Amino acid sequence: MNDIPSAFTQPAWRIQPQGDRCLLVYFGDGIDIGTGRMCLAAARLLRQAQLPGVIDVVPSFVAVAVHYQPMGSQGPRYPQLAAQIENVLGRGVAPDEHSGRDVDIPVCYGGEQGPDLDEVARHAGLSADAVVAMHAGSDNLVFMLGFAPGAAYLGVHDERLNIPRRASPRTAVPAGSVAVANRQSMLYPSQSPGGWNIIGATPLVLFDPAREPAALLQAGDRVRFVPIDPAEYRRLREGAQ
Amino acid sequence: MSLAVLKPGLLSSFQDAGRTGSQHLGVPVCGAMDARAHRLANLLAGNQADHATLEVTLAGPTLRFESPACFAIGGADLHATLNGAPLACHRPLVARTGDVLAFGSATPGRAMRAYLAVHGGYALAPVMGSTSTYLRGHFGGHAGRALAKGDTIGLQSPLAGKPPALARLADALSQLRIYLPATLAPNLRHALRILPGVHWDEFEAGSRHDLLHAEFRIGTQSDRMGYRLDGPSLAMAAPRQILSEAASYGTVQVPSGGQAIVLMADRQTTGGYPKIAQVITADLPSLAQRGPGHALRFASIALDEAQRLDGEREDAFAHLQDALAPLRALFHA
Repeated sequence: MNDIPSAFTQPAWRIQPQGDRCLLVYFGDGIDIGTGRMCLAAARLLRQAQLPGVIDVVPSFVAVAVHYQPMGSQGPRYPQLAAQIENVLGRGVAPDEHSGRDVDIPVCYGGEQGPDLDEVARHAGLSADAVVAMHAGSDNLVFMLGFAPGAAYLGVHDERLNIPRRASPRTAVPAGSVAVANRQSMLYPSQSPGGWNIIGATPLVLFDPAREPAALLQAGDRVRFVPIDPAEYRRLREGAQ
Repeated sequence: MSLAVLKPGLLSSFQDAGRTGSQHLGVPVCGAMDARAHRLANLLAGNQADHATLEVTLAGPTLRFESPACFAIGGADLHATLNGAPLACHRPLVARTGDVLAFGSATPGRAMRAYLAVHGGYALAPVMGSTSTYLRGHFGGHAGRALAKGDTIGLQSPLAGKPPALARLADALSQLRIYLPATLAPNLRHALRILPGVHWDEFEAGSRHDLLHAEFRIGTQSDRMGYRLDGPSLAMAAPRQILSEAASYGTVQVPSGGQAIVLMADRQTTGGYPKIAQVITADLPSLAQRGPGHALRFASIALDEAQRLDGEREDAFAHLQDALAPLRALFHA
């Protein structure tokens, strides 16, 4: 195996149909920055390629989904589209570390805005302040948006933030909540049910369909969380409304 | 220049072909649950563009035309009347100022979603490229919500002309011969055809067998977002955490409780549940037309066959659009 030049080894992806109007291109099976960046780079290439019939290209942690629709009985059909995708990706997919934007997200940690901060700290064997320092002290990649319009999944956090989701999800997580689970953070753009551990909230409006762009964050962005106090949170929140 | 909502109906919302192009932002596609009936209604109202239609569910609204309009109803027969007189489905019709269009209720066990298209479309502001209503997100369509009593819905291009001209148009429309190709005709298949989901191989053999052989029933907690299926409990052979990845219309996912959910028009763009199967696109209208309590079965099909059926339907729509050129010409006469 080691003797085979890399150009002749199996490609680093696997294509699988999801029904008759979608396919998934898998680049790995676990959450890590390298796989995430591969997905983001592939999604960018596939979007640029403007393949006939393709209507949406959706990156996620380990896969890129390509949604398509037939333009008639000529297709595109799965084998044809999969071959075109092989062709596009075969020219080379290079994870690009500089493609995303740098975005600061102010977060008011703990208290009313972060009801689960103490429990997360207990779970991590750290003080609440140490959890905040850890969360705000590292760079994060926005792996994907999903779950709700503009909802961002970020990571990968320190192993000590490998905390399971809450046993019983909340029925209403407030808009702007910053929550952690499984070495990831989730930003909730609107009030919704959710099972992640809420450690803080951002005063920023994460999604507004009337705004351009509607979503504050995009997959590929590099995010730094900046701690703010409750007074600053209220001030920024009022300014954002 | 508008439609007045006298009664809103159970759940009436404007839907077009869907808000595609923004799924990478987590924005659900939405759009007509029965895309076939929606397109049919549009074509029969003399539209070529994908204007939003009013998706009417189970028990329909009562609307008053405040200006003359041409309209057509596609999908379920909800026993619509115009000023009390029964109306034909799948026909172009003319309403005069003051006419009252009243939908009744779906016949139990029959199709439950009707689509009301008006010639020229409704006056709705697109949001992110679509006029579909996203009910949970409160945007799109009319005010981001279902119809409410007292709403006034603008019409993009109400019919001009005095009563004699309208009478001539109505007469000409009624004499048009319209042949609906069989592939576009509404039907409720008992067995919905499915393709293996991306995690099909990881499900227990018994679960895969049950999915293809047992009867399921659409649960009461079913809506435009997803249909819960009551039936045998399904399980992965070795349950594992699935990372969130894209889902699509018709994805059959199985949360840890074992009760399958079919994702429908308002589904989230991504999900973290294992996906056992995928309902083929050609059979989604048949699923969308059923409601809670309806029994169904699944049958397997090959991907190339599913795509052949899907493509044939596109061709049928293209042919129908061509065949309806004389209908559209009447609006310019």
